[in-house]
Amino acid sequence: MTTYAEGDELPPLRVTLNRTDLVRYAAASGDLNPIHWSDRVAQQVELPGVVAHGMLTMALAGRMVTTWLADPAAVRSYQVRFTRPVPVPDVVDGVDDPGGAVIELSGTLRSVEMVNGVRTGRVDIKATFEGKTVLGRASAVVSLPH
Amino acid sequence: MSQPSPPYQVGREKIREFATAIGERSPMCHDVVAARAAGHPDLVAPPTFTVVFTMPRIEALLREPAFGWRFEGTVHGGQTIEFHRPICAGDELITTVEVKNLTIRAGTHMLTLRCESSDQFGKPVCATEALLLSQADGDTV
Repeated sequence: MTTYAEGDELPPLRVTLNRTDLVRYAAASGDLNPIHWSDRVAQQVELPGVVAHGMLTMALAGRMVTTWLADPAAVRSYQVRFTRPVPVPDVVDGVDDPGGAVIELSGTLRSVEMVNGVRTGRVDIKATFEGKTVLGRASAVVSLPH
Repeated sequence: MSQPSPPYQVGREKIREFATAIGERSPMCHDVVAARAAGHPDLVAPPTFTVVFTMPRIEALLREPAFGWRFEGTVHGGQTIEFHRPICAGDELITTVEVKNLTIRAGTHMLTLRCESSDQFGKPVCATEALLLSQADGDTV
């Protein structure tokens, strides 16, 4: 049984993104910006190629938090900066590159306090791609289980 | 401040589709019985579901010629999301967008747009702020 104490590390999450994941997210979110599906358009704006949606990386980090709490409704607030794009390799012969783009997510329960009678925690989040930070100043305020 | 949006009806299948797209397997996002057992009126949307109903409002504003923003090449620099309560299937959300901040730094326009969403009973549900970046006209990198 997790006690959710100050200083706890969240179970880390490692997610491999491929082009199919981006297309699925584009449809689900409604974000049809072509930099997330057209290498040509991405390169026109000086990206190396198609990049993941920042909001998808934010969603994956949010999933790490809600999975740890076993409660998707526990998030009170959540903020990130998008500091670096995450390029996602093209399919090869119609098959997604099994390597994909690997995003490493981790988090720490930085502080715990009572807010209006609810045990409330602040989680600091780290997200890296190829060892470099892709979400800056990323943190969430969550209601903790009793 | 923009005109309030027409109501966005939060649907069960949209929540399931979004949760699947981000790999969120919580039963509260997929199974109505589980969501109700946890005290919610219906399926619970993952926190970043806010993009689904705020982005169309933001895009409409940025594409208004009178607004004068260069939409192509806009980069998402940051995002905040605050909840008064979780978003659930059955919510009918009305969203307004306002410019919270606009600055130019080193040839880049930095625009913060704030969206506030309320439900069909007029109660606030969530507020989001998107930081958007675009090259200022006439400047070279």
